[in-house]
Amino acid sequence: MSMIRRLNVVKFALAGAALSFSALTQAADTIKVGVLHSLSGTMAISETTLKDTVLMMIDEQNKAGGVMGKKLEAVVVDPASNWPLFAEKTRELLAKKKVDVIFGCWTSVSRKSVLPVIEELNGLLFYPVQYEGEESSKNVFYTGAAPNQQAIPAVDYLMNDLGVKRWVLAGTDYVYPRTTNKILEAYLKAKGVKQKDIMINYTPFGHSDWQSIVSDIKKFGSKGKKTAVVSTINGDANVPFYKELGNQGIGSDDIPVVAFSVGEEELSGIDTKPLVGHLAAWNYFQSVDADVNSDFIKAWKKFIKSDKRVTNDPMEATYIGFKMWVKAVEKAGTTDTDAVEAAMIGISVPNLTGGIATMMPNHHLTKPVLIGEIQEDGQFEVVWQTDGTVVGDAWSDFLPGSKDLISDWRAPLTCGNYNVKTGKCSGQNF
Amino acid sequence: MDHCSAVQKTFSRIRYGSRLLLLLFGLVVAWTNANSVMAETTGFEQIVQSLTTSKFRDKEKAVRELAAVQDKRTMPVLQALLDARLYYRKADKRVVIVERVDGQFRMTDPVTAEELGTVPKRKIKKIGINNKLRKLLKSKLASLSLEGPDPSVRLSAIEQMQGQLDESQYLYIKKLLEQERDDDVRSAMVAALALYELDNGSADQRIKAIEVLSGNLAQVVSNRLQALLEQDDLEKEVRKAAIKALDRINERLKINSIIETTFFGLSLGSVLLLAAIGLAITFGVMGVINMAHGELIMIGAYTTYLVQSVMPNYTDLSLLVAIPAAFLVSAIFGILIERFIIRHLYGRPLETLLATFGVSLILQQLVRTVVSAQNVAVSNPSWMSGSIQINAALSLTYNRLFIFIFAMIVFVALLLILKKTALGLQVRAVSQNRSMAKAMGIRSDWVDAMTFGLGSGVAGIAGVALSQLTNVGPNMGQSYIIDSFMVVVFGGVGNLWGTFVGALSLGVANKFIEPFSGAVLAKILVLVFIIMFIQKYPRGLFPQKGRSAEN
Repeated sequence: MSMIRRLNVVKFALAGAALSFSALTQAADTIKVGVLHSLSGTMAISETTLKDTVLMMIDEQNKAGGVMGKKLEAVVVDPASNWPLFAEKTRELLAKKKVDVIFGCWTSVSRKSVLPVIEELNGLLFYPVQYEGEESSKNVFYTGAAPNQQAIPAVDYLMNDLGVKRWVLAGTDYVYPRTTNKILEAYLKAKGVKQKDIMINYTPFGHSDWQSIVSDIKKFGSKGKKTAVVSTINGDANVPFYKELGNQGIGSDDIPVVAFSVGEEELSGIDTKPLVGHLAAWNYFQSVDADVNSDFIKAWKKFIKSDKRVTNDPMEATYIGFKMWVKAVEKAGTTDTDAVEAAMIGISVPNLTGGIATMMPNHHLTKPVLIGEIQEDGQFEVVWQTDGTVVGDAWSDFLPGSKDLISDWRAPLTCGNYNVKTGKCSGQNF
Repeated sequence: MDHCSAVQKTFSRIRYGSRLLLLLFGLVVAWTNANSVMAETTGFEQIVQSLTTSKFRDKEKAVRELAAVQDKRTMPVLQALLDARLYYRKADKRVVIVERVDGQFRMTDPVTAEELGTVPKRKIKKIGINNKLRKLLKSKLASLSLEGPDPSVRLSAIEQMQGQLDESQYLYIKKLLEQERDDDVRSAMVAALALYELDNGSADQRIKAIEVLSGNLAQVVSNRLQALLEQDDLEKEVRKAAIKALDRINERLKINSIIETTFFGLSLGSVLLLAAIGLAITFGVMGVINMAHGELIMIGAYTTYLVQSVMPNYTDLSLLVAIPAAFLVSAIFGILIERFIIRHLYGRPLETLLATFGVSLILQQLVRTVVSAQNVAVSNPSWMSGSIQINAALSLTYNRLFIFIFAMIVFVALLLILKKTALGLQVRAVSQNRSMAKAMGIRSDWVDAMTFGLGSGVAGIAGVALSQLTNVGPNMGQSYIIDSFMVVVFGGVGNLWGTFVGALSLGVANKFIEPFSGAVLAKILVLVFIIMFIQKYPRGLFPQKGRSAEN
């Protein structure tokens, strides 16, 4: 197996060399697409998949004749899960490699690091991961979910359908969980939940010793009221967390856990038998029965040359972002940043769950919200979904600072954070 | 349905005694049961068939109806639904119970128990359930299995029902109690009855119930007592008894929680010990700063993964095979590192640090390229899943328990190797005075390689244990390297006992701080403590004495 893999590496290297060589000879005839995902370090686990997704999309687009008669050319860089390096690599992509668009970033901190550079050099970034909101940049299109497209509907489901009265908000200690939990806490309180029925807990990245926390959750949940855990625990810390839940005998029917960062990819690394019935909220599941989805899954398995690989929500977000960008470029007739930006708003493409995704003036998407239960085979089964799609809200309605802010990048407002009370656009760009 | 005799009728009369309507209904059901088997079968079949609806609310209704029908066939259907083995044929929507046989599905009719042949997956569709339905199924199955032959099933059934009895179930259990032989089941039944009387009985009954429950540590008991105290119109004697019982329970819960936290601490300590003990040899005894120590742990964990994928059908056994395998693989890697890199850098700690850090990056990338950048799934053998129940409030998880025992065994084994074997003697000799050892005819080169191999091999064994607790991925080593150095330095370089005491005390301290400060701060506080401790005692808890310590 390793021989084959090594051979593949050699092949890729050769192909890469050939690609850059041909790029030199016909530089004027290609449109350059930057791919800014970590291929090494902690985030490589998640981000490598997205790099491959972009490459697959480019490959498909080229086979279909490219964009405006030009071939697309991928420029892949490795920011190595190193946040400041994300900014440097963005500068390299925009200033040196002269890419026309960038698909990239996963963690919020990497996106925040890219922001000043992309705005200074007027680039275009498609960000494909669910995030905490509170941001709307002229140069960024957010194709993942905002909190009102994931966290809030999930809490509503638990409250209304499962009758949950007590809440554990457990998260990894960084910006996304902290902001999301702040929004959720405000939301729960607005719904009449008392402070003593909310337990908030943060753990470090990669936390592996969950004994006392799980035992605390067990105690918190055994006070006679239905309890649920809302988990913004990130990445692979989830595995020991779920294992500990299973070992301490907490089943999904006692205390269900709804997760915002656990998808098919994360589950493929664990034994899912003890997790059956725990929940996740996303805008896409691999198990969704739609023709466009089965085509996508088939194409992905063929591209990645493995039957075992799964698809997940950020991949769908990447897919939507890419299709939209292609459409916008064709509509604008150019790859010029400002023209594409203007053309993007209002663009609609089919999403992978059988609906339509539309880019809104605040650079967020319309998305359906799905709640799925984990099955034994590591897939999700949808148990609830919104009737139609939900419009992404850049600024949360439940936080005092951002309640009055709206974002509209169309003329005449052209502002990412317009305060409806004061009637002013804060000088800040994002 | 000949079992639906007079006894059954009397029984249903007792169950529904107070509710005339239900009694009538029960009699009608009993009458239909007795009179027309045919009609009953169609009824049963109809309800089973109605499970194919896609609406969870309708499925819930069907489950309730099924549980209400007195039928032997109900339980297998509900159980199959719970286990996700209930499917329907796409062609004719006929509900079937399936069993997986070599990737195919063998179907049985739940109504007639007829074998329906084997089909591939795409011909049938699973009848999905959600959380709420799962809970309902469990409680219905519990009350159905109260009369089953297996005491442990009866026990878990009763425990499932505790605190949520209705009147008919109360009378039913009271009746069952008379014929119950198993002591555990009996006491669970008594507790369940007392819980019901607590809410619904007279004052005398309540006081008696409180007496029964006063030693019971189950959370539901203290919740109910608490709720009882919150009632305003409570009789004085009942209140007094309840307060006393609650105090007694809380007292015992406090002791339990101290035991629990200590166990958590020891378990964290044993993980630290496993991670650090290999380093205690390479760094402590040989003085090599090996930044690739974490990656040797990782290699051990990956060996576990490889062993499991070679023998997929023997998960329970694979871990035992993985232990020597991981030791060998990691030891070989260690010896290679020693022979090719560290050997040339003895006495130059800074260069060693840099070189081994480079090695750690190379090993990580090697795993990424050869295996995958993704984490890999290492499954837990059945004997390491679940927990052992000490009492109602205290349970210890098996995996932690085994890893604690395992850490102790590894520690004792290492101690014996260093103190009682020829290799141990030579290791100590070389580390104390290299030139003198050489003069005595010890091949110090060979001893160096073996010592490093031993330390690395132990790191590999730690990897096997860690693969049971946490993720196996290319980066897993990095999370343990800091902790390992921390433990070794805190315990005192060059002393295995120091590492032992250091690891366990840091683990316990961490777990006792955690409830007050949260996991993030607890770790920071422990680090701050160690920094201050090292300021005062630079040589750690158990400093090495004698001439060798001065070098």
